[in-house]
Amino acid sequence: MEQDATLEHLLGLRHLTPGQIRNILDHAKRFKAINERKIKKVPTLRGTTVVNFFVEPSTRTRTSFEIAAKRLSADTLSFSASSSSFVKGETLLDTARNIEAMQPEILVLRHKASGAPHMLSRAIDAAIVNAGDGYHEHPTQALLDMFTMEEHKGPISNRDVPLKVAIVGDIAHSRVARSNIHGLTKLGADLHLAGPATMLPTAVESLGVTVHYSVEDALKDADVVMMLRIQKERMGTDLFPNDREYARMFGLDKKRLQLAKPDALVMHPGPINRGIEIQPDIADGPQSVILEQVTNGVAVRMAVLYLVSHRGRPAAPVEVQ
Amino acid sequence: MEQDLIVTNGRIIDPASGKDEMGSLRVHDGHIAEVVWGGDALSGEGARVIDAQGGWITPGFIDLRTHLREPGEEWKETVESGAHAALAGGYTSICASPDTIPVNDEASVTNLIRQRGEAANAARVYPVAAATTGQRGENLADLGDMKAAGAVAVSNGERPISSARMMRRVMEYSRTFDLPLMTSSFDLSLSEGGLMNEGLLSTIMGLAPIPSEAETIAVARDIELAALTGARVHLSRLSTAGSVRLLRAAQKRGLNITGDATPHHLTLTEEANKTYDTNTKVFPPLRTEQDRQALIEGLRDGTLSCVATDHLPQNIADKELEFVYAQAGILGLETAFPLMMNLVREGVLSAQQVISALSTGPANVLGHGLGGSLEPGAVADITISQPDAPWTPTQETLRSMSFNTPFLGTELRGRVTWAIVGGSVRYALHGSIQ
Repeated sequence: MEQDATLEHLLGLRHLTPGQIRNILDHAKRFKAINERKIKKVPTLRGTTVVNFFVEPSTRTRTSFEIAAKRLSADTLSFSASSSSFVKGETLLDTARNIEAMQPEILVLRHKASGAPHMLSRAIDAAIVNAGDGYHEHPTQALLDMFTMEEHKGPISNRDVPLKVAIVGDIAHSRVARSNIHGLTKLGADLHLAGPATMLPTAVESLGVTVHYSVEDALKDADVVMMLRIQKERMGTDLFPNDREYARMFGLDKKRLQLAKPDALVMHPGPINRGIEIQPDIADGPQSVILEQVTNGVAVRMAVLYLVSHRGRPAAPVEVQ
Repeated sequence: MEQDLIVTNGRIIDPASGKDEMGSLRVHDGHIAEVVWGGDALSGEGARVIDAQGGWITPGFIDLRTHLREPGEEWKETVESGAHAALAGGYTSICASPDTIPVNDEASVTNLIRQRGEAANAARVYPVAAATTGQRGENLADLGDMKAAGAVAVSNGERPISSARMMRRVMEYSRTFDLPLMTSSFDLSLSEGGLMNEGLLSTIMGLAPIPSEAETIAVARDIELAALTGARVHLSRLSTAGSVRLLRAAQKRGLNITGDATPHHLTLTEEANKTYDTNTKVFPPLRTEQDRQALIEGLRDGTLSCVATDHLPQNIADKELEFVYAQAGILGLETAFPLMMNLVREGVLSAQQVISALSTGPANVLGHGLGGSLEPGAVADITISQPDAPWTPTQETLRSMSFNTPFLGTELRGRVTWAIVGGSVRYALHGSIQ
């Protein structure tokens, strides 16, 4: 595959080429080596300012981006909606323009409105990294998912039999699912989605995936099983009746997991609802790589921050001595 | 008595008589006095003369759905600014949607809008009465009183009437006063929270979807209620192929129901939403190319007799926001004509069809001879235009107080040069009349 080392912003995986995705994943591999050393820090982004702007609460992703930036020696500043002037009624654009005036090179944005990073990328000069926007995309999550898959299963592309990945849950309201759909299909994976019809978005099958209402059908011989978090606040709405019914019909338990390949990976973007979409013995079981996903998230985000710091110019591979 | 006015050297397109050829016309005492077809110019002696310079001479345009933001949101548009924007777009009459603050649901508000319209001395401003008090869909508003104060039609504005029983009563009560009812047929339980057309694109963009059925289900209901009540029903701003199909079938049944579409639904599709540009956020949402084609076909075969702008001014502060938080709405008055001319240039609509949809069609919905004709005796509401003249809508060129249009900064072709209301020249693009 032709590698493409350019990355102006990271708004989503939908508009990346397979070569750009490959390049990010390969860079992440080098950065992971740094993370396994005793001194986990390189001077790569010294003098670069990274602002983590989290308008929607997220401990995991924000911490991961912060650690990633610090390990690259960038100066970081994180602030969230509750601590910002947002509560004083300032608009996103005004807040972003104020941040911009302090000349950061990279702005990492988490926002509950789909398209918010696109709006900022048009309005300000800094490179924008989407850390999750509404139901649209969560590109670094999908990249770390793909990275984790490749660590265990080898390259996703150019296989004799495509890697079979099942994603189960509320696809309609999942930015993680959307980014994984775009990324995995670009690399040639065989993607299967499952959930109740209330949680499967219109025309999603047009994105090159197979849609199932039966979890069993989706899991059959899967190499990877990815369970999505059920938002408890959606319970009792028109999407599903209650958690008991959901766990029985769509949750991952030992019996269902046996339908997948014996060495299938179990993944979850977290935070998990134990006993609802995934049984505790599976979440903590030998096939689960849920915590590895978190570890790999740092390396993947280091790669993304490094690449966007070049503002669209090709980035040279990082030397890891 | 005022001097006669003569308009010469133009292509007169008059859908009311079906004529379309070069000619001149004379206005006397606020009415069309005579029309001379062919090259022979009318004698200009003792009269003021407008040289149309080879452009089009058509009945003044009539907009069935203009949101003036007065009273209540005067920083977005006033009756006066809206009436002037209307003239610049060729509209000599606009129907003011009742969605004001307070709602136009009683005669004092109707009077205010009418009086401000008269004071503006621009396009005619016809108040449209809210169907129900506070647009809440619970109690009938004072339709008789508002008609006496100058309301020409009934509408629940932006807020559809959920209860079929209430809708029935609104139709019956509108009929009582011989007022046309312009519906906003939409099932809000299906569209609630929705941001764009439901389909692959809404799935990719992660924006809450609005299915076509939110419209077609309500259109079907309102057609059945129109059959039940015998009311004069006009289906406003239809956006889907299904709605056009239902309306066509209703007309075949002999029901007296009309319908319109907006210039933006006729020229844009959901593809315009792709960049999350909030100036493309509108309700009903921009639909698919298939829907757009069906709307055009509706205009071609007469199922849709009107184009209505749904002109909805929004302040930039309400648009420079995340897509979900931005207010919906697109300006229409000043861009309608060039956008419709795009369809003429593409060869999908004739000049006659477009002019009819902008003038004669809406006049027929309102009834009572409120314009839409250039035949002798008709009221002299006239629009003169250069149908291919290029111009660019900008904050400076637009006369509206707002500039929420996806066409901002885009060169359009088709510009109104003169607008005449009741025989008086109210708008001249290049200075005043000699």
